[in-house]
Amino acid sequence: MAGWLEWLTGQKNRSAGQAKDRLKLVLINDRTDLSPMQLEEMKNELLEVISRYVPIDPAGVNISMSQDGREHRLLADIPLKPAVRKR
Amino acid sequence: MSATVVTVTSGKGGVGKTTTTANLAVALARIGKKVICLDGDIGLRNLDVVLGLENRIVYDLVDVVEGRCRLRQAMIRDKRLPELYLIPAAQTRDKNAVSPSDMVRLTDDLRGEFDWILIDSPAGIERGFRNALAPADLAIVVTNPEVSAVRDADRIIGLIEAEEKGPARLIINRLNPVLVKRGDMLSAEDVVELLAIELIGIIPEDENVVISTNKGQPVALDGKSKAGEAFQNIARRLNGEAVPFLPLDDKEGLFQKLARMMRSGGN
Repeated sequence: MAGWLEWLTGQKNRSAGQAKDRLKLVLINDRTDLSPMQLEEMKNELLEVISRYVPIDPAGVNISMSQDGREHRLLADIPLKPAVRKR
Repeated sequence: MSATVVTVTSGKGGVGKTTTTANLAVALARIGKKVICLDGDIGLRNLDVVLGLENRIVYDLVDVVEGRCRLRQAMIRDKRLPELYLIPAAQTRDKNAVSPSDMVRLTDDLRGEFDWILIDSPAGIERGFRNALAPADLAIVVTNPEVSAVRDADRIIGLIEAEEKGPARLIINRLNPVLVKRGDMLSAEDVVELLAIELIGIIPEDENVVISTNKGQPVALDGKSKAGEAFQNIARRLNGEAVPFLPLDDKEGLFQKLARMMRSGGN
């Protein structure tokens, strides 16, 4: 429905939306001094460290940056696999 | 009387800092406030021409700082608005002729006599910007609804916070309501969401700004144009009034509509 409305009003691919999306990413990089590549690297290292202690489900991992005013928060949602108990 | 020092800055050049400073000064003077503006752009002076006072300069800000004249001698009084003064920038020196503490001293000497001291900051994030910011009680960031201007504004907002001069206020200049409506220009809401600081004014794109600047008569001198009205509203907000933002999708008057139809051959 929303997609259909966007199509009808022609708003979806308008340049203002692109400008906003691009700026969101650029401002995160500028404010945190983290490039997208470094962010990716950090994610991989985080997962590596965590999986050293607990088994994780890599397919369900979601690491993202959220914004609250001018502050940013790194959100990591990492599902753990049930531990296989050795008796 | 104890003045509030407002520094108008932007990061990126060409977004309308000087025009904004001049018009805010005029708008504040029109509501009866005693205002002085300082051109902080040493070596690239412009506030004088935008205000139409370029023919009356004898001394400048660097002359005051270096003791070649008394403060009062460098203050140019605007004959149109007797409560409006300008201290121009030096044209033949560079930004290193002045230090942040010089600016603090200068504004402290002026505070007792004025309601508002407006400082036009140079573009960039270097010495000139730091000079202009040093005495500020309030920093106003001017931006345009474009990617490069918004990015630089964000950088400047961060620096203002780091200098403990925040939170800065935002003016969005040259907003084109037709482009926004079509989805081809960032809206005021978009810009505010991205920069996450308080909005204090939206200046619509208005050819009257170009025309009035050509003549050295800031649009805010008469509040009849859209831009002039917008500047007047900012002046009132600075004075603590709760003024609603102008409706932006301005409906064309019948006359404009007819004129437009005639230009485009009846379509």
